[in-house]
Amino acid sequence: MKRTAIVGCGQTDHNGNRFDVTGIELIHEAVSRALADAELTIEDIDGVVIGNMDHFEGINGVELWSISGNGGILKPTIKLTTGGTTGSTLAIGGYHLTASGLFNKLLVIGWEKNSESDTTGAITTAFDPVWDRLVFAGAISGLAVEASAYMKKFGVTEKDAARAVIRDRKHAVKNPHAHLRREVTIEEVLRAPLLSDPIKALDICPRTDGACAVIFANEDYAEKICPKPAWISGAANRHPYAYLGDVDWYPLKSLALASQELYAKLGIKEPLKEINLMELYTPYSFANLSWIEALGLAKPGEGAKLIWDGVTDAGGALPINLSGGVLSTNPIGATGLIRAAECAHQIMGRAGERQAQGVKKALSTGFGGCFWSDILIYGSEKPS
Amino acid sequence: MVQKNRLKRSDFIFIESGDAFQPFQYSVGMEGSRFFAELRDHKKFWGLRCPSCRKVYVPPRKICGPCFKTMEEWVEVGPMGTLSAFTILRFPFIDPETGEKKPVPYGYAFILLDGASTQFQHFLKIDPDWPPAIGVRVKPVFAENRQGKLSDILHFEAA
Repeated sequence: MKRTAIVGCGQTDHNGNRFDVTGIELIHEAVSRALADAELTIEDIDGVVIGNMDHFEGINGVELWSISGNGGILKPTIKLTTGGTTGSTLAIGGYHLTASGLFNKLLVIGWEKNSESDTTGAITTAFDPVWDRLVFAGAISGLAVEASAYMKKFGVTEKDAARAVIRDRKHAVKNPHAHLRREVTIEEVLRAPLLSDPIKALDICPRTDGACAVIFANEDYAEKICPKPAWISGAANRHPYAYLGDVDWYPLKSLALASQELYAKLGIKEPLKEINLMELYTPYSFANLSWIEALGLAKPGEGAKLIWDGVTDAGGALPINLSGGVLSTNPIGATGLIRAAECAHQIMGRAGERQAQGVKKALSTGFGGCFWSDILIYGSEKPS
Repeated sequence: MVQKNRLKRSDFIFIESGDAFQPFQYSVGMEGSRFFAELRDHKKFWGLRCPSCRKVYVPPRKICGPCFKTMEEWVEVGPMGTLSAFTILRFPFIDPETGEKKPVPYGYAFILLDGASTQFQHFLKIDPDWPPAIGVRVKPVFAENRQGKLSDILHFEAA
């Protein structure tokens, strides 16, 4: 196995409606920026991996349909798609394929044009047609149910969750790629229209048009391409459930198990102290409290305290979602890969106004499917 | 160059997919068929018990995923149950099964039927005199003309 790193990243200007481009052109915009970031041309690339959630656009052969924009002409080109975790699965796929040594420089692309269909209706088609679809109402409904159980168990409040929203939205102001770049107040979050109790309009991620491209290179090439590559320290995932009714509502078991596996593998004992920055696929406010407990950053029910104390704010001991996170930008098939790109750019020192100082270890997650989780850890040091 | 955040819909041409739809026909297998027949004919709920972890799965399915074992032991569960989590859906969206807007608001309940290890999802009656809460007891209300599908149950309500 070869050590492997991210050596270049590109993101589109994410927006609620990118009417000015087709999906193919949106993909091309991200790919061009990633190649420019790595100072490579498409001729340098060995293969292309692309993913999205097919049912949002209703185009099943995305890898072939987008070939003129994705750069895959006359190269090995495959599609990876795993629902909400598509973007993080793409990052893990890029890692596996380059670590195998069969690919040296691989282009990985996640994208979505959520403006092209009804997002909730489309998400519902990812679930069992017989047993899940009668009552299920897409991501918002499942997450609202999770929040109801979490609030009941620990007495967590809607105001606690709102504090996490204002953090992510404040961070987004410094990210030129973010979709929603306006700060909000706790009062605004609490007053926003109720969508599905207890989730209000500002508690949930937007639906975004956007693409992200990331170039992975193995140890034979990484340092020649990038002066400070973002090395992949490891990855893990867990897919514990099929039907929604099987879910244990607390903790987020998939994330707890995946992170425990990876921490053990990398010898991380106190993630809060040992990791410098996190980009979490937290698609709604309460996830920013509950899921950091699953990640071992706080004891059960105590995630809110960490958020209120500012530990996870820009300038805090462990900044989370300096990009503005998923609450600010959510082109679904790209969302998990954006988390990887943001971690990589922080390690490379290319995060612009949102740059944190001295980032040596970063962690990103992906969420989707039936409460499934992916996790990756990145380092500034080449793994031994 | 079109300026970001200033894109007007009227500046662009859109092609609609129209009213076409793709019908599907899903097999529910032996286990699903038995479950729906019992629901339709006797208003009863049945689950399957895993020989390894002893969990009782409702809806029944042939395989326990975590143990990867085949399940054969049928167990009657419910019809009474306990509300384990819920929400009230308030935003409009398109039901991919029908192409129509879902009838919001509606209660979305996860119910632990007595004797089951997994939760059963269904509609929860919204009743101003009975604000739902996690832990309350609930019972199913059945349709008069049952056809062997989930909507043979109209909803769950206070027991």
